[in-house]
Amino acid sequence: MDIISLLTVFVLAIFVGFEVITKVPPTLHTPLMSGSNAISGITLIGALILASSAALHPAARLLAGVAVGFASINVVGGFFVTGRMLKMFQRK
Amino acid sequence: MLSQAVVNIAYLLAAVLFILDLKWMAHPRTAVRGNHAGMLGMGIAVLATVLGEEFAAGGFSAMPVIIGVVIGAAIGAVSAMRVQMTKMPEMVGIFNGFGGIASVLVAAAAIAAATTAWTHGWAGGTQEKIAIVASALIGSVTFFGSYVAFGKLAEFLAVKWKLYPWQRAVKLGFNVVIIASALAYAFLRGDFDVWKIVIIVSTLVMAWILMAKKDTFPGLNQIKLVSALASLALAILVALNPGEESMFFALVAVAGVLGVGLTFSIGGADMPVVIALLNSYSGLAAAATGFVMNNNVLIISGSLVGASGIILTNIMCKAMNRSLVNVIFAQMGPTADTPDADEVYKSVKSTSADEIAMMLEMAQKVCIIPGYGMAVAQAQHAVRDLAGLLESKFGAEVEYAVHPVAGRMPGHMNVLLAEANVPYEELKEMDESNATMDSVDVAIVVGANDVVNPVARTDPTSPIAGMPIIDVDKARTVIVIKRSLSPGFAGIPNPLFALDNSLMFFNDAKKAFTDIIAAVKEV
Repeated sequence: MDIISLLTVFVLAIFVGFEVITKVPPTLHTPLMSGSNAISGITLIGALILASSAALHPAARLLAGVAVGFASINVVGGFFVTGRMLKMFQRK
Repeated sequence: MLSQAVVNIAYLLAAVLFILDLKWMAHPRTAVRGNHAGMLGMGIAVLATVLGEEFAAGGFSAMPVIIGVVIGAAIGAVSAMRVQMTKMPEMVGIFNGFGGIASVLVAAAAIAAATTAWTHGWAGGTQEKIAIVASALIGSVTFFGSYVAFGKLAEFLAVKWKLYPWQRAVKLGFNVVIIASALAYAFLRGDFDVWKIVIIVSTLVMAWILMAKKDTFPGLNQIKLVSALASLALAILVALNPGEESMFFALVAVAGVLGVGLTFSIGGADMPVVIALLNSYSGLAAAATGFVMNNNVLIISGSLVGASGIILTNIMCKAMNRSLVNVIFAQMGPTADTPDADEVYKSVKSTSADEIAMMLEMAQKVCIIPGYGMAVAQAQHAVRDLAGLLESKFGAEVEYAVHPVAGRMPGHMNVLLAEANVPYEELKEMDESNATMDSVDVAIVVGANDVVNPVARTDPTSPIAGMPIIDVDKARTVIVIKRSLSPGFAGIPNPLFALDNSLMFFNDAKKAFTDIIAAVKEV
């Protein structure tokens, strides 16, 4: 993909983010942070692709492997803890 | 094996699900569905990646990768299940850091991939060069900044008192690990060059700052400035010479000093701003990684998180009437014009649980204003019990007024009260509760100080001048539950405590509410 279409996606996504997130009420700001934190763990995908590359120097592959670990903590921990909090907002 | 086109469509689906996740966060009723949408999106993205042709073309065994995912997932799941709600700021703080370090490591691996392990020149384009630099720079600031935020929230960095063994272990262990890594890299890999000196010096500076026993010391602002300029200069150099491995790690190290410097002097009530800002950075780092990998789903998710963090940062700054620059560089504290505490507190009246119970018996409308002290004392359940008792025994109307910066992260108080089963309809935002404050019979301030200080409205020279506050002084009677008259984060006395309609109940928040509940039961 060329840089212009990537930049287009980047800028438009920021606008979508602003539109959607300004509607989140202060009550849910903590779950919003932990939930968006989990989403930022999407770096996992980049790490997965690099960690599977046999062409890479073993040391570089190790770095990508460690990145896989950290990003997985981020993703799983983030979604779980968000779920835990949101459940508390649910019960009446 | 899936073709790249199928993988890309899966990524699009994942991006849509992430947007829906955040969209459904707009209401507590739909937010659970939103979180499930996010999980589903992430599952689809990961599965598509692992089954896709790019992954298969990599050719390396999938086993180590799977082990990495399983270990990470296990750590994440266990910590998410075990963390106490009062510790949520620490949790989010450290998780931001994990996102940041993942971006740094991916950038390092990507630069190695593009130069075939730094030996055969550069194979990537201009876009990748800039993106790798951005990913490393933002990621490193996020990681080291988040570690400091975590350390300050967990009270082992920048404190004078004696540490628990685990705190000392983390504090020293982190320093040992970074110094050992820097030395090992400098002396064991390749030729020694000037960048390795930069790496060692930066690491030592970081370790030195991290050992400090107070928030601020001479030279800290200069370190912020120098490391910011050096990071930018190195960023340009690395973008021009991406094949220079040691220069890349020098950038990571100097950006680390910047991350440590920026967050080290930030404390207490400013923490929500920093946590929100680091949240935003972790997203931007992920987006930069997206540009490195030419991957749309990373770019979209990263920018969503970046936008979210920026919005929250902005809300927090507005709620304190301070700019972001002021939060990062200025020190809060009493000024020459600040009145003397003894003078302000001359007419303070203290009260007892029995007296409070009698007042509450008469009250038709009660408003509770929680602050960080409620979190520290873990008093949220006792607070909720008293509210329930007042509703059932006296038929009173109870609501909660929550200031946007109460606590140590955005929405901190709301989560604690939700944990204690307070229905979210009873949680009022500042403006809403201020509009009806004059009809409140008894306002109970629990562990809050600066956010209810009327000086913000009246004294333009005060450090909190112009900060929007909860106008509890307009309630008929104000009860302040606080352990002592010590100042809040702003370091200034609070004339609210000495008003004619104010009564102080000097006690730990949890003990205070337990005592009041017992007294109310006897009324």
